[in-house]
Amino acid sequence: MSNPYIVLPVIFQLFVAVTLMFSWTNKNLQKLISVVGSLIALLISISLLIKVNQEGIQTMQAGGWIAPFGITFVADTFSALLVLLTAISGLAVSVFSVGSIRNARVRFGYFPILHLLIMGLSGAFLTGDIFNLYVWFEIIIISSFVLITIGGEKAQLEGAIKYVAMNLLASVVFLTAIAILYGLTGSLNMADLSLQVAKVENRGLVNVTAILFLVGFGIKSAVFPLYFWLPASYHTPPPAISAIFGGLLTKVGVYAMLRVFTLIFVPDTFLTTVITVMAMLTIFSGGVGALMQNNIRKVFSYLIICHIGFMLAGLGIYSTLALAGAVFYLVHDIVVKTNLFMVSGLIFKIKGTYSMRLLGGFYKEQPLMSLLMAIPLFSLVGIPPLSGFWGKLLLIQGAMDSSNILLIGFILLGSFLTLFIIAKLWSEVFWKDPQILPKKEHIKYFDELKPLKKRAMLASVVFLSILSLGIGFGAEWVMRIAMTVAENLMDPSAYIQAVLGT
Amino acid sequence: MKTIIFKSASVYLLPLLLLFSVFILLRGHYLPGGGFVGGLMASIAFVIHSFANGVENTKNIVKFHPGFLMPVGLALALLAGSLPLFTGETFMTGLWMDQPVPVIGTVGTALFFDTGVYLVVIGVTLTIIFTISEGL
Repeated sequence: MSNPYIVLPVIFQLFVAVTLMFSWTNKNLQKLISVVGSLIALLISISLLIKVNQEGIQTMQAGGWIAPFGITFVADTFSALLVLLTAISGLAVSVFSVGSIRNARVRFGYFPILHLLIMGLSGAFLTGDIFNLYVWFEIIIISSFVLITIGGEKAQLEGAIKYVAMNLLASVVFLTAIAILYGLTGSLNMADLSLQVAKVENRGLVNVTAILFLVGFGIKSAVFPLYFWLPASYHTPPPAISAIFGGLLTKVGVYAMLRVFTLIFVPDTFLTTVITVMAMLTIFSGGVGALMQNNIRKVFSYLIICHIGFMLAGLGIYSTLALAGAVFYLVHDIVVKTNLFMVSGLIFKIKGTYSMRLLGGFYKEQPLMSLLMAIPLFSLVGIPPLSGFWGKLLLIQGAMDSSNILLIGFILLGSFLTLFIIAKLWSEVFWKDPQILPKKEHIKYFDELKPLKKRAMLASVVFLSILSLGIGFGAEWVMRIAMTVAENLMDPSAYIQAVLGT
Repeated sequence: MKTIIFKSASVYLLPLLLLFSVFILLRGHYLPGGGFVGGLMASIAFVIHSFANGVENTKNIVKFHPGFLMPVGLALALLAGSLPLFTGETFMTGLWMDQPVPVIGTVGTALFFDTGVYLVVIGVTLTIIFTISEGL
């Protein structure tokens, strides 16, 4: 169904960014605009998801140019769901930034860039054109380059160089793949490509292109063996920025993989085997990497990699159930990982360090806050009925159906490693006897902050914690959406029909 | 650079180049040109002026911080893109006036979009150049 308003989540973020740029010098006004704007964006994306649920797939032809010639925007359940999650993370990070981002960073345009990043993410989820997807990826990485370097600390710049180098390489590979695909089919519209690629006789070249896409998206979503940039860079920027990076940036790569490998390239046995092996090694290397770390943010960075493996496993199994598991896990992961990086920021603000060895006695000092932090931590482990459990359950069921015992073993190993790591983190940070830590001069501690800032930081953690509890307890509802998404992914004919109208 | 020839030439080059940049901007719809190239030319006009007369003097001509052009241009482009939404058409659809305006030709939302790009490019380029030359 044609609907000109589905780009509203994208346009609105640009509008917020422009408004923020007009109030460049007024810090408090910027914070207000950012929070209010994120709230309105959340409402817009909720209404989009409801509309898609009621009326089916919505499309829009930019500038009125008919598909497959113009750029199409498509909102199916998957896109609308991810736009909603982006808006949720965006709101949480925006509120958290009010409390935690230093004024020096605000003065260099932190808030406008944050909203441009969210605009890029929403655009990437909504577009139905593969070249346009590349453009949104560029917008995302350019905004994230600025965010990761803003403030200009030495560690930040070092992390940024690795991040920039690997992501630019990924863009090159991705663009090359698009060029080859365009040479093969003469089309860039994803729905049209789905029909055209099936007709190409040179299957060897199609498979090579598919592998190029896999490498390009693989670097972006940090899968084995292309993940090295992630733990080297995600712990360097301020916690609010690593929260949005950890929550959403790698997930765009996963989204693109799920989209491209169900719509354009229908994987054959060779491709699913490659993806499955990558998934297993990603789970393993992420989990083992997290074991070795002492810095909490590095632990979470490695856990991102480990859990990207779960989503990739869903694609590797390639059945409705497994894809639903991957989508469910994606929903859970975005909410929880955003929250965890904010939690680590909160711990840092209170104690002044990220090191597990030095931290301790958190539970004795802040019992209520510790209970709050327990929610995302144990959701991540996936203790039933918390949110991480259901996605894994679906994945294991899917793997059982395809009797892939080895993969089940790795998924269980990954869950076990996560449990072990979180238990270790809990006993080190929360239960161990506290050490006296010397007060550092350049850090503004939590106690010294204004009450409004304290509340802003806590409110965003509470908001996401309630949400992850909601995903866990309302699993049936989320699962129904995930199943719809998975069915649409497995049978893209509705998507193609909505775009091409034939 | 303190050469009299360059200095006096720059006084005449500034308005000429600005005029030419507007010409390039308007020409860009069907022929090579457009907001991006036009914006670069306009900023080159100011750069040449700053070479000849020093950055301080150029800043005095511009009067306001060139960074301010960025949100103005973005807002103009955004407005041009979203105007069709109010008439129920899709984002970025070109809306055109019925009657051509003398000299310029038929005016549509595409012109406003390009003007937005023009302003953003001037804003970004001048901000970068002024910031770099401050450090020298």
